[in-house]
Amino acid sequence: MLLSDGDIQAIWLTLKLATIVTMILLLVGTPIAWWLARTKVWWKSPIAAIVAMPLVLPPSVMGFYLLLAFGPQGFVGQLTETLGIGLLPFTFWGLVVASVLYSMPFMVHPLQSAFEAIGERPLEVAATLRASPLDAFMTVAVPLAWPGFLTSCILTFAHTVGEFGVILMIGGNIPGETRVASVQIYDHVEALAYGEAHSLAAAMLAFSFIVLMIVYIWRPARRLF
Amino acid sequence: MSGIKARFYVEWPEFSLNVDLKLPERGVTALFGQSGSGKTTLLRCMAGLERAQNGLMRLNSETWQDRDLWLPVHKRSIAYVFQEASLFTHLSVSGNLRYGLRRSEGDQKFNLEQAIELLGIAHLLDRKPDRLSGGERQRVAIARALAVNPRLLLMDEPLAALDIRRKQEILPYLERLHDELEIPVIYVTHSPDEVARLADHIVVLDDGRAVAQGPLHETLARLDLPFQLGEDVGVVLDAAVVEHDHVWHLDRVAFEGGSMWTRSHGLEVGRRVRVRVLARDVSLSTNEQENTSIQNILPGSVDASADAQHTALA
Repeated sequence: MLLSDGDIQAIWLTLKLATIVTMILLLVGTPIAWWLARTKVWWKSPIAAIVAMPLVLPPSVMGFYLLLAFGPQGFVGQLTETLGIGLLPFTFWGLVVASVLYSMPFMVHPLQSAFEAIGERPLEVAATLRASPLDAFMTVAVPLAWPGFLTSCILTFAHTVGEFGVILMIGGNIPGETRVASVQIYDHVEALAYGEAHSLAAAMLAFSFIVLMIVYIWRPARRLF
Repeated sequence: MSGIKARFYVEWPEFSLNVDLKLPERGVTALFGQSGSGKTTLLRCMAGLERAQNGLMRLNSETWQDRDLWLPVHKRSIAYVFQEASLFTHLSVSGNLRYGLRRSEGDQKFNLEQAIELLGIAHLLDRKPDRLSGGERQRVAIARALAVNPRLLLMDEPLAALDIRRKQEILPYLERLHDELEIPVIYVTHSPDEVARLADHIVVLDDGRAVAQGPLHETLARLDLPFQLGEDVGVVLDAAVVEHDHVWHLDRVAFEGGSMWTRSHGLEVGRRVRVRVLARDVSLSTNEQENTSIQNILPGSVDASADAQHTALA
């Protein structure tokens, strides 16, 4: 049950990817969740549907469209080439962008319910106590919603660690660049190296269980979505 | 120009608010009316929590809302007390008090100490809101509002969510505010008792319109208004305790034009009080009565009379 250097490298890459994706989604997902929790405009529903799409879409479908968009003919690909970044597919940063989109609902949904649970009143109170909207958000909404932030971050991190389909479509299988743990397991199995697959798979299993247990201990009665 | 000018026109599918008020720059103005009469909406419009498309809000020389002007809530020098205390649950009592204080102008130490003293909450400062009783929570909320050193205090039925004992616990503090605050207070209520105890002026709202307004004593005594304070027609007199009768447990209270005996409330001589006299407790006699158990007999003459069964009063 020992992990090879390749396994360790894959695990590190996975943790790096999940950490970066969680941090980016914290910055991107929070305003989206806030907006979804408080707006009353009619086009809130289509936006909410787009954010939730990765929950139901087969990862291969999403990966396929992202591959087209990121490729040299796609609009994102042309943009990144114009900006001198090069093409995203089969790079680590391509994985990051794809994972941000794919894990979006795991950040946005728990946060949105946390913000909705706070209601208007504490923010109205903050306004009557001279707090600007941004001030009230930072000093009232964030502290009151902080269990939601914790749930969101843990779920986003864990979901990114567990990704496979989108990564295979966008990132391929480049050691140290895009070969994350789930892809490494797939490789082992393809090579009929069941022993190696077992070690890594068992580590992932333990990780997932522990993460979910933490979430449920933290908020036993809270729905995750 | 001094005082408050508040003009709002808002239209919703089932309700419209249409008022044009000029309120005095000192004292407590009660916005009185049944639920659904628009009093909370009006208060929220004044605070800027609700945005009337068509409105004007002015406090003395400051304009907060006009045709092309809209000052957001956090830039208005108001304080607002909600019906439920709405304390921040993630902060202690002291943290709640300091929240607004930190963001306000003026001598912060003085403002804080005055607010704590006025509401009698010094012993609660380290507690979390969930460790307070309903009455204590509302006192902290009022102190928190006052600590921002506002120029206008808006209160939305601050006692309505409390039971009768909690109300009695807070009313004396509100009466103190009434005596000691120099800023105007707008007080929304549907309780005749609170109006009688706290208000100097009254605006009666019905279905989004102001149907009566003016100084409390005059407005209550007017016979031509289709309005009464709850079930009971009556007047309110400003008076002071001048004498105790320890044998019968009575206080003599003096007011402009006379004095009368009331049940003693244990108040010291000199204390200012309000006396509410209900029409149903008054009887008229054309000659001076002797040999009667009635304690208070005042000479007077009838200026005008109205039928209590008048359709307008029904």
